[in-house]
Amino acid sequence: MTFSADQGTPVLEVSDLKISYHGGERYHPVVHGVSFRVEPGEVVALVGESGSGKTTTAQSVIGLLPANGHVDRGTIRLNGTDISRWSDRQFDTIRGARISLVPQDPGSSLNPVKTIGAQVGEILEIHGEARGKELERRVLALLECVGLPDPELRARQYPHELSGGMRQRVLIAIAIALKPELIIADEPTSALDVTVQKRILDLIDELRAEYGTAVLLVTHDLGVAVDRADRLVVLQGGRVQEEGRASEVLAAPRSPYTRQLIADAPSLSRSAAWVTATARSSTGTAATDDVVVVEQLVQEFPRPTRGEAPFSAVDHVSFRVRRGTTHAIVGESGSGKTTTVRAVVGFQKPTSGKIEIDGTDLSTLGGETLRQFRRKIQLVYQNPYASLDPRQTIFEIVEEPLLNFGNLSRLERREKTLAILSRVGLPEALATRRAHALSGGQRQRVAIARALVLDPQVVVLDEAVSALDVTVQARILDLLDELQQDLGLTYLFVSHDLAVVRQIADTVSVLRGGRLVDEGPVAQVFDHPGSDYTRELISAIPGRKHPAFA
Amino acid sequence: MTTLDTIRSEIGADGRAGSSRRARLARLARRLPPGLALSWLILATVFLWAIAPALFTSYNPVEGVGGAQLKRPDALHLLGTDALGRDLYARIVYGAVHSLTGAFVAVGLGLIVGTTLGVIAGSVGRRLDDAIMRIVDVLLSIPPLLLSLSIIILLGFGTVNAAIAVGLTSVAGFARLARSEVVRVRRSDYVEAAFGSGGTFRAVLWRHVLPNSLTSVIAIAALHFGSAVLQISTLGFLGYGAPPPTPEWGLLIAEGRNYISTAWWLTTAPGFVVVLVVLAANRVSQSFGKVTS
Amino acid sequence: MTSRYLFNRIGQALLVLWAAFTVSFVLLQAMPGDAILIKFQNPDLGLTPQQIAEIRAAYAADSPLWLQYVQTIGNFLSGNFGYSVQAGVPVSASLAAHLPVTLKLAAIGFLTAAILAVAIAFLSSLAPFAWLRSAIQSVPSLFISIPTFWLGIMLIQIFSFRLKLVPVINPGPWQEFILPVATLAVPISAPLAQVLVRNIDAVLTQPFITVARAKGATQGRVLWRHVAKNALLPTLTIAGVLFGELIAGAVVTETVFGLNGIGGLTERAVGTQDVAVLQAIVVLSAAAFVAINLIVDLLYPVLDPRLRTRSGATA
Repeated sequence: MTFSADQGTPVLEVSDLKISYHGGERYHPVVHGVSFRVEPGEVVALVGESGSGKTTTAQSVIGLLPANGHVDRGTIRLNGTDISRWSDRQFDTIRGARISLVPQDPGSSLNPVKTIGAQVGEILEIHGEARGKELERRVLALLECVGLPDPELRARQYPHELSGGMRQRVLIAIAIALKPELIIADEPTSALDVTVQKRILDLIDELRAEYGTAVLLVTHDLGVAVDRADRLVVLQGGRVQEEGRASEVLAAPRSPYTRQLIADAPSLSRSAAWVTATARSSTGTAATDDVVVVEQLVQEFPRPTRGEAPFSAVDHVSFRVRRGTTHAIVGESGSGKTTTVRAVVGFQKPTSGKIEIDGTDLSTLGGETLRQFRRKIQLVYQNPYASLDPRQTIFEIVEEPLLNFGNLSRLERREKTLAILSRVGLPEALATRRAHALSGGQRQRVAIARALVLDPQVVVLDEAVSALDVTVQARILDLLDELQQDLGLTYLFVSHDLAVVRQIADTVSVLRGGRLVDEGPVAQVFDHPGSDYTRELISAIPGRKHPAFA
Repeated sequence: MTTLDTIRSEIGADGRAGSSRRARLARLARRLPPGLALSWLILATVFLWAIAPALFTSYNPVEGVGGAQLKRPDALHLLGTDALGRDLYARIVYGAVHSLTGAFVAVGLGLIVGTTLGVIAGSVGRRLDDAIMRIVDVLLSIPPLLLSLSIIILLGFGTVNAAIAVGLTSVAGFARLARSEVVRVRRSDYVEAAFGSGGTFRAVLWRHVLPNSLTSVIAIAALHFGSAVLQISTLGFLGYGAPPPTPEWGLLIAEGRNYISTAWWLTTAPGFVVVLVVLAANRVSQSFGKVTS
Repeated sequence: MTSRYLFNRIGQALLVLWAAFTVSFVLLQAMPGDAILIKFQNPDLGLTPQQIAEIRAAYAADSPLWLQYVQTIGNFLSGNFGYSVQAGVPVSASLAAHLPVTLKLAAIGFLTAAILAVAIAFLSSLAPFAWLRSAIQSVPSLFISIPTFWLGIMLIQIFSFRLKLVPVINPGPWQEFILPVATLAVPISAPLAQVLVRNIDAVLTQPFITVARAKGATQGRVLWRHVAKNALLPTLTIAGVLFGELIAGAVVTETVFGLNGIGGLTERAVGTQDVAVLQAIVVLSAAAFVAINLIVDLLYPVLDPRLRTRSGATA
């Protein structure tokens, strides 16, 4: 350990921690000698991509490693006491009381068949803190403390009756109930919308300041880490890459990996690498060449109970996309962004409104004409694993669209398929593999190859990079940019991530609750938002407070 | 990504690397659990009994040896003899063909009829779907044994009729499973993507929906094999299957019942064989399920 | 739950029941020719020509099939299930006489099976050693592979003939039930335990279990307070299947132990081609199955808060 502590004993001191998983006779090390410490009242962020061992490290600290996980070496000291080899029974006495957990997914982290009140009260009950009327009173106080409106009602409700943000507040209430010394927040907001994320992180900040609790924040989002943590511990492949004060790490990263991470994080990168549309379009086509035209699109769905007015997922949305540019549709969950693009690609007949793709009015299509139309516009899904047939080889997946429009010989198909695979940067050796043998980034490249093999005019990217690690995401975005420039593609880019949008899009439509609240060139919308909602969205982008954000 | 997924991907990260198909198969063979190996051995033996019973015993299964009635198991008669002096081991060996063909007919019938109905319901949809699934509901509402007894009354007693009766009781289950699998696969992104890249209904059904939905149906069919053996032996025991002196396993136990106080081996041995075969069949089909999922 | 839903659900149940009746009618009564009635004319039965004429009238044997069908529905609705050839009495009387034994056997057998299944399921994740847990976990798959009739015979052989613990001749009113209940409980407990084990495993991987552990809850507390209800609730959905197993188990068990209940009656009805009896049993079982599923459907929302209120809060 090289850094000097200015206080006495740290709340948490992990040194030379080595953890492995045992599956059958296989033995699989995941964490290789990780060391770091958390001082009282401090926020330390464990930052890393998937496979970095950050979650495993955090689980070992609270003694909740999966049954096949094993601490092989090293110590975990909580206020000086080594707890790394404690039994479950020993851990039961400190879990909740001295270390607590704010979990990742508020959706499934509360017992669905117990009331909120019972679940908050349980932690007080377990540690014999309160009972009866006193217990009830303290539960209500806790719920109020985390900013839940009408705590008495909430205490009687069940988890499914609360929104994701509210559930995460309940989980925070549980975590702070006994004023522990250390809270482990494991990706506490990655399942939440960006505006909700900001409010939840603010809440954790406030409570920490009030109680002086130390926080170990586990996150994949460097922006969140920089915003909220005093110090960063950057993990890669189970090893510490870099450690230090957040601002120092960001300003002068020492390890090449951290440098890469900073460069690839869209919210932190200084300049967009993309050639902006204004530059591109001025040189080329006529200003009126709009390849996608959506006018007054309305999409309604019937409600389960009859007689009720239908639910309108998309409410009079209009936008146009010029050929060769990228148009982003931005919104949080329930904004209608996915419904909009599903209508645009012809998977769903709109209730009313007009959609024109490259001069073809979608409402005139059906059956065979619709099938022929699909050559013009292709969709790339969010989850590449789910959108690739597990039983097909990569070659078969990419070749299939050519078979559907069968006017090529076997040899021509083979040539074209292999050409497009190499175009998206996949080695030919992968062509005979199946999707499960590929990494997330490779899978998304396959999905892109499948979309491009028919030479479409428009490619719709529905959250196509959202599920990927940031360094992988950056490579895919680079690829998309290259393809656009070489092939003159038009992108319709659906995303919840404003930082990515800012980086790659030329124009943007902001949706909220099915309505268009803001639109225009990206620079204009971001610098001079036309609505309060857009302003809120922008201010919630993690990492933007940092001076590095241009 | 949930915590669990993270762990899985952390484990999977290099566990996956460099393992080709063949290497994996080789590793699988080396790590074949002893229970599974034993199960395969049991099934193989019983299949051989069914195909070539004469290789395993020299006794006649239906004609007894005079003076050798109700002999305890010994070197001469491995599992003893029955009241007519017939060698019990020979009867069990010769009985295999009845139980196995019965089970095959039953599972095949249920699988083919049920899966066809389920696939039609799941892929064509709407009216036909509703109609088929209501029929399935009705079939499920009658307890299986009563349904097979009703069918037996209609068709009469006998090995094949008992097999048909057992097979028809599983039609509803197969139909329901096949339909839900088809519906699940149809909702998947890759099926939508296949339509999106210009696939026709027939092409998508053939390339994606059927291969992906039928895997688990086949795995369940394997599981049904064991229960079909059980059900057929039950019908045989009740006397609705093959008529005596056919050495059907259920019937063997029924006949042995009369000597329960004097000749314990007559009921014990055939029962053990049934249990072993069913256990083995279930174990093997379980391993199918694991490989395919 | 709206009254509209209730109405629909009950209507659906009646529809299924009607269709089940039709299936049984087609299978059992619409046989070609006069097959059933030929049996009644068998002189061994000793029925007088007048009785035969009455039976013919009751079956509407001389009328077209659709009229027979309508008439049989009418008879069933008024509780008249026809005549038993074998016993020469109305089927309803025969059923009433045989029902108590079966009810007693089924009730005790099911209760035993439920206790056994819950014990297996929870022990399989609570037992102290890994080898013990996996041994307990494999019990259901063993149970499911044992032929019920053979189990009964083996129990008689071991407990009555070898150990002489349970008398075969003139057993007491409760003694008589010990072995049958054990025989019946095994095949019923197996599917129940399998579903429970699977549910418990699934619930244990849920994130809310991690949260409960992080609160400091002990393993036992987590199992009882968090896993139990979540794992037990979905087993309600296999109640209908279990009922089918219970019927099959009763038929076999009663046959093996010579108990004079509905199961024994069924077995004899098939043996003597006593169609009226079998049809009544089939239709009544279907009715019971439909009723069980209806109750489960209506009860589920009461037990599971997720189905109680449909609207979720926003923001």
